[in-house]
Amino acid sequence: MLSLRGLRKNFGGLAVTDDVTLDVSPGEIHAIIGPNGAGKTTLINEISGVLPLDAGQILFDGRDVTRLPLHRRARLGLARSFQITSIIPDFSALENTALAVQAGDGSSFRFFRPTASEARLNTAAMAALDSVGLAHRAATPAGAMSHGEKRQLELAIALATQPRLLLLDEPLAGAGPEETERLIGILRSFRGRYTIMLVEHDMQAVFALADRISVLVYGRLIATGGPELIRQNPEVRAAYLGEDDIPLSGAPC
Amino acid sequence: MQRWKQEVPAVLLLAGLGLAPFIGFGEGYVLTLLARAMILAMAAVSLSFIVGGAGLVSLGHAAMLGFGAYAVVILDDLQIVEAMVVLPVAMLAAAGFALVTGAIAIRTSGVHFIMITLAFGQMAYFTATSLSGYGGDDGYTLYARSEVNGARILSDRLGFHFICLGALTLTWLFCRMLLASRFGRVLRAVRGNPMRARALGFSPYPYRLVAYVIAGAIGGAAGFLFANATEFVAPAYISWQRSGELLFMVILGGISGLHGALLGALGFVLLEEWLSHQWEHWRIAFGVLLILAVLFLPNGLAGIPNQVARMFRRG
Amino acid sequence: MSLTLLLVQGLNGLQLGILLFLIAAGLTLVFGVMDFINLAHGVQYMLGAYFAAHFAAATDSFWLALLLALPATLLVGLVLEFLVFRHLYDRDHMAQVLATFGVILILNDGVRWVFGSAPLQVPMPEALTGGFPIMDGLLYPHYRLAIIAGGLATAGLLWWLVERTKVGMLIRAGATNAPMVAALGVDIRRLFMVVFGFGAMLAGFAGVMAAPILSVEPGMGDNLLILAFVVIVIGGIGSVRGAFLAALLVGLVETLGRSLMPDVMRLFLDPSSARQVGAALASMLVYIAMAAILALRPAGLFPVRTA
Ligand SMILES: Nc1ncnc2c1ncn2[C@@H]1O[C@H](COP(=O)(O)OP(=O)(O)O)[C@@H](O)[C@H]1O
Ligand SMILES: [Mg+2]
Repeated sequence: MLSLRGLRKNFGGLAVTDDVTLDVSPGEIHAIIGPNGAGKTTLINEISGVLPLDAGQILFDGRDVTRLPLHRRARLGLARSFQITSIIPDFSALENTALAVQAGDGSSFRFFRPTASEARLNTAAMAALDSVGLAHRAATPAGAMSHGEKRQLELAIALATQPRLLLLDEPLAGAGPEETERLIGILRSFRGRYTIMLVEHDMQAVFALADRISVLVYGRLIATGGPELIRQNPEVRAAYLGEDDIPLSGAPC
Repeated sequence: MQRWKQEVPAVLLLAGLGLAPFIGFGEGYVLTLLARAMILAMAAVSLSFIVGGAGLVSLGHAAMLGFGAYAVVILDDLQIVEAMVVLPVAMLAAAGFALVTGAIAIRTSGVHFIMITLAFGQMAYFTATSLSGYGGDDGYTLYARSEVNGARILSDRLGFHFICLGALTLTWLFCRMLLASRFGRVLRAVRGNPMRARALGFSPYPYRLVAYVIAGAIGGAAGFLFANATEFVAPAYISWQRSGELLFMVILGGISGLHGALLGALGFVLLEEWLSHQWEHWRIAFGVLLILAVLFLPNGLAGIPNQVARMFRRG
Repeated sequence: MSLTLLLVQGLNGLQLGILLFLIAAGLTLVFGVMDFINLAHGVQYMLGAYFAAHFAAATDSFWLALLLALPATLLVGLVLEFLVFRHLYDRDHMAQVLATFGVILILNDGVRWVFGSAPLQVPMPEALTGGFPIMDGLLYPHYRLAIIAGGLATAGLLWWLVERTKVGMLIRAGATNAPMVAALGVDIRRLFMVVFGFGAMLAGFAGVMAAPILSVEPGMGDNLLILAFVVIVIGGIGSVRGAFLAALLVGLVETLGRSLMPDVMRLFLDPSSARQVGAALASMLVYIAMAAILALRPAGLFPVRTA
């Protein structure tokens, strides 16, 4: 599905992505974990096309997308959410989502019909909102929503593009305990339906959701494997989790 | 929903303009003033379409009027006065200029976009001053107003009034339709959050360029009317101060909707006219009013009803 | 075109560039540090000239007029900052443009009200009335040389202030990342006021120096303001060094273009159209230069802002 081959990126001498090679297979939830500043957001930016690479190759569905700009990759089915919520504040939740549907529904150089009343876009948008539990807030301006709702909306937007691969950058960031519960529930409902690359800080969430986990430290991948394997990997424990980290032992669900 | 309420001021304004000649504002002098206001409002609406709709703050929009007006001049010199020919030429000329300059300008953003559109506007201005065959700096007086199918409708004061009103109404409806369409939604999204729009698969550039060219064509049509209104065209009409005035009308009116530009343009022109009869140094008062408007009307003239409503609600 | 004339035009271009720099320096700092677009900066230049005219008439001395005009423009700058501008720092650029345009209207018509519309003349200082011989007995006015020297000295002083003093360090830091400086506990409002007043005084200084060689009239700052904006955009917003180089470039291109372009055009056109087309092309040159630079280097020649 997604193949990263020897990605490299330096920010002024600092290697932020250091020879990252990784495969994401269809249907899996592949989590990327790592301490703050490990280069996780940078990696997502490289895959989605926000940042150019210094070296390496990105294959998506066997196609080389290394040099494609952000919007072209999006058109191929790479959808992403942002660590810092990125929505269109003036738009209602519905219009934010309908825009995403519109992106996958032919040309947008259509000038005559009022798009707010296009049932085809609105139905699909409502379905996406419904799947994240936001249907009742459809008419609310996105800028006026609570932080947790914005995180949900961000997921709905990503879903509405009917992505082949979802890149989620800390979808739980900044959410309160209740909101986190709800968001984890939503993400669990994605299992098996979407291929997801999930960057997340919340270990409970990661161990509950991920099929495979890759650990990124100072831009380098130090391990990839199933949750059990990662939990027991001594190198991971030493480098990232500290000696005896609590979230590792107590992953419920 | 609330949407139709937003349109009430614009509809009232346009209706008022339609009635004006019959309720005591039919004198030649008043009609001339109103025609000027409506033509500038047309240009302001097209500018508001790209400023408020697409986030393209152009300080060179007067050049679009200039291309339209000089198309009239050049064809007049060739004794072509048929509006069916002159108007399309005026619009195409302005659209062509918008296409060429927009293709470069839209690569920049923010203040740099403002400055590069200013630069292109100045180039157009200085080109106009060098057109010695058409009066250069001094300008060019038309032999006659344009004709429509040989009929001299534009020369009739009342006829011209309604042609300007029709053009303004059409411009407003057209830009509104564009903003409400899929195309307009992408434009608004790009303005609200360009990164989000790109991550969804929309490259801002072509949408912005098309919008810029459309606004240019409408500016060209306004220039066509302007030349016919004054029967005289000079480079001064397209100086950067003119572009600035258009932008001020848009901002003064409020950029949250197209009706702001209508209010802003009419308010600007009429207030200027009224003040200038009150006091020789009326610009002082005008300047003070502008500053007060900025400080106390953050959403422009169009935002006043909401502001008042909020004040009442609070107590 | 003779070499002598070229030299004279080159000096004139240098002198225009110096005046532009004095205006652009304040503009670029205010813009760079406060992210504030101040269209009213050009009227500070006009006020400088008017103050010079007024005080020169009252005291009969250019030097006294200079000495009085500088604090006067500083004062006006501070008053404007207090009354209008400080309420606009948090607003968007469009609000700033509209309000500062209001200030232009007020002050342009204000000086017309107070001093009348007729242009005022300011006599040159006695000591600088002569000329400096450059070839063939052609004299280049001392006064214009003095403008160049005075401007260069001011530029040097400014460089020292910005690069070598603590306030200068804060200003540079502010131009790079204003929120960061505020977060470090610097009283950013006070810093803004200092920058603002100082910028206003520099523009006023340019106005005083220009007063004896130009006619002092309402609106004299408007076109220079636009050129000053061109300068700061070419130079890179917030960069004093960029403003200096760009100002000299714009001054030279403007002046040399005006005298050379008609001659160049004569190679292709008949004399009368050559004059007209040449003049138009000459006026366009700086804008063409700016458009080209922006198309190739969107952040100007010396970008300051980080990301
Ligand atoms: N645009 C940038 N310029 C310079 N350094 C950057 C930039 N973006 C991120 N970095 C640095 O790269 C490193 C990785 O950042 P990031 O990818 O955001 O980490 P994470 O998401 O894992 O917390 C950090 O040290 C950060 O300071
Ligand atoms: Mg991150």
